[in-house]
Amino acid sequence: MSSTVVETTPKVEPQVEKNYLNADHTIKSWLLTTDHKRIAVLYLISVTVMFFFGSVAAALIRYELTAPRGLLLSSEAFNKTFSAHGVFMVFFFLVLAIPATLGNFLVPIQIGARDLAFPRLNLLSWYLYTIAAVLVLISMFMGGVDAGWTFYTPLSSTYSNTQITLCLVGIFISGFSSIATGVNFVATIHKMRAPGMTWFKLPLMIWSTYATSVIVLLGTPVVAITLFLVVVERAFGFGIFSPELGGDPVLFQHLFWFYSHPAVYIMILPAMGIISELITCFSRREIFGYKFVAFSSMAIAGIGFLVWGHHMFISSQSVYQGIIFSLISFIVAVPSAVKVFNWSLTLMKGSVHFSTPMIYALGFLGLFVIGGLTGLYLASVDTDVHLTGTYFIVAHFHYVMVGGTIMAFLGGIHFWWPKMFGRMYSEFWGKLSAIIVFVGFNFTFFPQFILGYLGMPRRYHLYYFAPEWQVYHIMSTLGSSILGIGFVLPAIYLTHSLVKGRKAEANPWDARGLEWEYTSSPPITENFAKTPVFRGKVYDYDAVADAAKYEGEIEPVIEGKGRTNV
Amino acid sequence: MNSGLFNLIASGIFQFPLMPEQASEGAARYDALFLTISALTVLFTVIVYVLVAVLAVRYRRSAKIDRSNPMTHSTILEAIWLGVPLVLGLIMFVWSATNFIKVRTMPKEGKEIFAMGKQWMWHFEHLDGIRENNELHVPVGVPIKMTMISQDVIHSMYLPAMRAQYHVVPGRYTQLQFTPTKTGEYLILCAMHCGTQHSEMVGKLIVLSETDYQKWQDNGGNRFRPSPKTMEEAGRLTFNEQGCANCHTNVDNPRAPTMLGLMDSKRTFTDGSSTIADADYVRESILNPERKITAGWENIMQSYHDQLTEEEVMHLVKYIQSLSGVKGDYEKSEFPSDPQATRKLNTTDSANREQSAGAAQFQQTPNSK
Amino acid sequence: MSDHTHHHDDEHDPVYFQYEQIDQQQETYVLGMWSFLVTEVLFFGALFMLYIIYRWKFQDDFYLVHEQLNWKLGGLNTAVLLFSSFMVAAAVHYAQKKRKTQQLICLGITLLCAFMFMMVKTKEYGDKWSHHLIPNKAFSYGEHHGGGGELGGQGEHAAVLPNGGKITLASGATNMGGEGASHDEFQYHPGNGTIAPQPREKPAFLKFLDGVFAPLDMPEKEQHGSPEHARLFLSLYFLMTGLHGVHVLVGIIVISALMILTIKKAPTITDYIPTEMVGLYWHFVDLVWIFLYPLFYLIPK
Ligand code: HEA
Ligand code: HEA
Ligand code: HEC
Ligand code: CUA
Ligand SMILES: [Cu+2]
Repeated sequence: MSSTVVETTPKVEPQVEKNYLNADHTIKSWLLTTDHKRIAVLYLISVTVMFFFGSVAAALIRYELTAPRGLLLSSEAFNKTFSAHGVFMVFFFLVLAIPATLGNFLVPIQIGARDLAFPRLNLLSWYLYTIAAVLVLISMFMGGVDAGWTFYTPLSSTYSNTQITLCLVGIFISGFSSIATGVNFVATIHKMRAPGMTWFKLPLMIWSTYATSVIVLLGTPVVAITLFLVVVERAFGFGIFSPELGGDPVLFQHLFWFYSHPAVYIMILPAMGIISELITCFSRREIFGYKFVAFSSMAIAGIGFLVWGHHMFISSQSVYQGIIFSLISFIVAVPSAVKVFNWSLTLMKGSVHFSTPMIYALGFLGLFVIGGLTGLYLASVDTDVHLTGTYFIVAHFHYVMVGGTIMAFLGGIHFWWPKMFGRMYSEFWGKLSAIIVFVGFNFTFFPQFILGYLGMPRRYHLYYFAPEWQVYHIMSTLGSSILGIGFVLPAIYLTHSLVKGRKAEANPWDARGLEWEYTSSPPITENFAKTPVFRGKVYDYDAVADAAKYEGEIEPVIEGKGRTNV
Repeated sequence: MNSGLFNLIASGIFQFPLMPEQASEGAARYDALFLTISALTVLFTVIVYVLVAVLAVRYRRSAKIDRSNPMTHSTILEAIWLGVPLVLGLIMFVWSATNFIKVRTMPKEGKEIFAMGKQWMWHFEHLDGIRENNELHVPVGVPIKMTMISQDVIHSMYLPAMRAQYHVVPGRYTQLQFTPTKTGEYLILCAMHCGTQHSEMVGKLIVLSETDYQKWQDNGGNRFRPSPKTMEEAGRLTFNEQGCANCHTNVDNPRAPTMLGLMDSKRTFTDGSSTIADADYVRESILNPERKITAGWENIMQSYHDQLTEEEVMHLVKYIQSLSGVKGDYEKSEFPSDPQATRKLNTTDSANREQSAGAAQFQQTPNSK
Repeated sequence: MSDHTHHHDDEHDPVYFQYEQIDQQQETYVLGMWSFLVTEVLFFGALFMLYIIYRWKFQDDFYLVHEQLNWKLGGLNTAVLLFSSFMVAAAVHYAQKKRKTQQLICLGITLLCAFMFMMVKTKEYGDKWSHHLIPNKAFSYGEHHGGGGELGGQGEHAAVLPNGGKITLASGATNMGGEGASHDEFQYHPGNGTIAPQPREKPAFLKFLDGVFAPLDMPEKEQHGSPEHARLFLSLYFLMTGLHGVHVLVGIIVISALMILTIKKAPTITDYIPTEMVGLYWHFVDLVWIFLYPLFYLIPK
């Protein structure tokens, strides 16, 4: 590779024949690839598979709960179902869905590098993930686990007879996969930015990926070793958390949440990065308060490490501990508030396009606000007493995780789909599914807030003692069917577009950013023909010009039936 | 399922309950805060929705509107939405913390109940010895203090109508308080996943009027045979049966310290540390005496780890507690010279300094079993 | 940093395709290594945290059990590791100076030290094994008091059922001995078959170590303190030193690989950066031990 730096003009290059997808066609060239874009595709396939398993479990849970006495599962099977659901969704889907797919794909391109710093480490991380996922799937098919995704001791260490050991070994290994990706991102973002790409010209997606990686590096080792201790306890009887040995079972919770609270920010920060990109692009203007948005990511990452005790308000920690954790939890909500308002004001004086990704982004705003605000009920130590361990929690975290992260993930996938695969999907189906997801989602999880307030505990298989709760469960199940359709649709039309979709131009959204302006769709293996030099400013959109151009387009364009349609 | 759904609609009981029953003193206080936060949540949700909707529609691409000179940042605005949530958050926090301190302050007066969680049932014991499983009778209007422990995994005692909940942990006592204000039957739930039948670890909290409760109590708890022993008595029996009294007599002796006046007194240990003796300490002293050796004695007491059930330990704790007001012959030991301990003994407990029946029994225990 | 930018080897460009310049590549490698070490710090950090909490809770017992550890062997290992750390620093120095022979010698000595460390650890673990001090099913502690005979007892005294039921320590194992009233009851173990508990056979491949380290063996200590807490202490001991041992093993592999590649003049090893990274790692391994040694072996009264 030449090391001379050449500036290319920000001009759409002619569609090149060779790209990273068709560079080589053998299976081996995929399985041994060190190309970050191919690894992103491998990850996309793997996490979709895991999401499918998690969703099947979700469907089972919902179906089962429509009747106060259940419909087809035994209590044991039900416990295994929600445990599998939680494990798949959290450890094998959500914590890495965005970083490992879109992050992997975009980090080098957005900063103007040819690849991540350590391409082979990147491939290793995918293999570790796959091995881990296979181990966990084996453990699920050999009988499953029944301790929930939180694996509280001593239930998980001493009392449960299920396949916890194997499952935890799997999660342990997947931790190293996360760490490998985190190391890679940190090194890449620090050292491999293109000339001119200073910290405050980075796309916000990069800022939030960076914040996420920092959390991963600091948190993952702790949960890895904690879960490993449970394995050792089960396998050899070491007994670090056994009350019988003078050990403290509550200590496990401290160590677990020390990671797992930051982990919820691992899940939301990349989503927030995506939203910043989508809102700016489809409002055709610069983000409102770039630095505030960038720093709020770092603030969330930092403060997020100090609030783990809010999961343990009534776990026998002292009153003072509870009060302090409550205080910090209120504080950690502030940077999120900053982001929400900055996004909203970005619409002002913009030229708002209601394309599919934008609809997902607006959906994200609507749902994340509710999810975040209901987090305040839980951050408030007194209100948490009655709500903890109930469906209120379930509703809260689905609002932020599904309503927040998955909405953003889908938005991001739609946004970068043309870049990743060089094909356009159908705008009509895209918008329709975004709306179905939004509606179905609220239908599914809003009733659960009420259920929780009424006192329905989570992880309950039966509620025959309170049949009046059934109506909400039925609503929730109906909603989840709608939601399920909303999730299956993209799987269908996106796959379909791979074959039948219209070929995408290099920059179908007329967006700003190195990935749009300097690469072809899909990019070539080296990403850039020549190393780019970044000169302008980030999010260099012009709403006035955009609207003027729109007026110039004479035909009455039905939204979506424009340039981007099939 | 569908027939169930059909029935539900057909019978017209398709109601949408919105609030759990308010049946304790704390419940109203709780709901006030809850509803305030709800109001704020609705307010902010509406603000954001309206803001986004108005802006998105107003500045939609096809709108003819002035888009020049967009604001790219505004320190004032950003300060506002950094400050307002922070201040509102702090207000909620102060309110919540005040409530929480009230909730977590155990009543001095009132009724004490021991609860034990085990996979998958609740076991309750009243001071007068009445025992109940998965059912708890309490009188209305009296503060209830529950001391809880688990025999196996972590459970959570959850009383939605009382807005009360606390985890029940193996290896240590935890506490919970509430004051029921309405008679009736309420749910007792376990809200911490504890294994297969977690969702069946459900009981009934029965709040009775003063007279009904009296009747129930006089009946020995209705369906259980009248219990011959109060918890204290049961504890004393265990104390004697287990041979505790072989060493622990009414005075500090070279073998072992006395149990009289032990509870709530300051204990100093061989490593120089000290603690105020509470239920957890006594429990630990019985099960793992070697953990803390009281200064002045040898570590000769065996561990009763495997000899006693949690229930028996609870009885013993209760029994030893009942001896707290009783002053033994302290002159011979080291710690009464500690001013704090002496003050405790002299003031707080002076009212019931007379030796209780339990203690009288206690004195004649050696070898009388 | 010296300028290697266009120092071309005959067969291979040392700059990987994703980098612009060799400087950038080297800085990135070192930064990556440091990030990795941060995760390692937190990895051990969680365990140190646990140790501190339990140590604080069970001061006395931890003091009593710690006497079971052989501070002489631990001290020997500390010295060995410190020396090896010095050697690896020297290796980096020579690598920078491009003095390959000296570099290889230093790495070789480091490797020897690592082996030495593992041998000493094996000996220590072996001793714990024969004294039933490994907190597995056969764990036993404090059953015996006074002189005469070996420590330890029969496996069935402390049955641990990892999946079903509680971890229960049978009554025999929990008796603290002493001059109390219950003294007599625990002198013998009815129904046990054996009167005096035998030491467990040490695995044969470990036995040769006993001769080697004979002068460092410690007199056996009479034990006191709670067996449960002893078990907790030893669990932590094995976990933390075990994890550290795994790191030493990884170090052995990495150093060997580095030496082989250096000897074979592999194109990836043309500068000192690989040596520096191995050095960083090895210093970290050393540093962890510097914390472990006083925490476990040198508890003050
Ligand atoms: C993506 C994941 C995600 C995110 C982003 C969050 C965000 C937050 N969470 Fe959530 N949480 C979870 C996932 C997440 N959570 C999960 C999975 C659990 C349960 C785990 C289990 O037990 O299984 C959980 C549980 C949980 C608990 C424990 C409850 C219990 O078990 O008893 C608490 C308690 O404090 C809490 C609080 C918060 C807070 C304060 C935020 C904040 O970050 C939210 C900040 C956002 C806003 C506040 C909205 C935007 C702001 C405005 C519109 C301005 C107005 C604001 C103010 C007036 C302050 N969460
Ligand atoms: C990324 C995280 C994530 C996601 C996406 C989801 C998605 C969903 N979850 Fe999830 N959930 C968790 C994370 C997540 N959940 C966690 C961490 C827990 C806690 C676990 C624990 O307690 O340990 C939990 C617990 C949990 C519960 C509480 C269980 C209990 O406490 O007893 C419920 C109940 O309604 C629920 C429902 C749903 C539903 C309806 C969806 C829907 O969004 C899913 C929509 C999808 C479909 C409805 C299926 C789509 C259809 C197909 C893919 C076709 C195949 C289907 C069949 C063949 C049947 N979840
Ligand atoms: C062999 C004699 C012996 C027997 C039997 C015995 N104890 Fe003890 N106990 C002691 C000694 C000695 C101490 C003080 C040293 C210590 O703290 O361990 C003590 C301490 C205690 C303490 C802590 C008191 C303090 O000083 O703070 C409690 C509580 C207690 N015993 C309860 C019991 C109970 C209950 C039993 C029976 C189930 C019992 N003991 C049986 C010898 C005995
Ligand atoms: Cu007990 Cu859940
Ligand atoms: Cu949290």
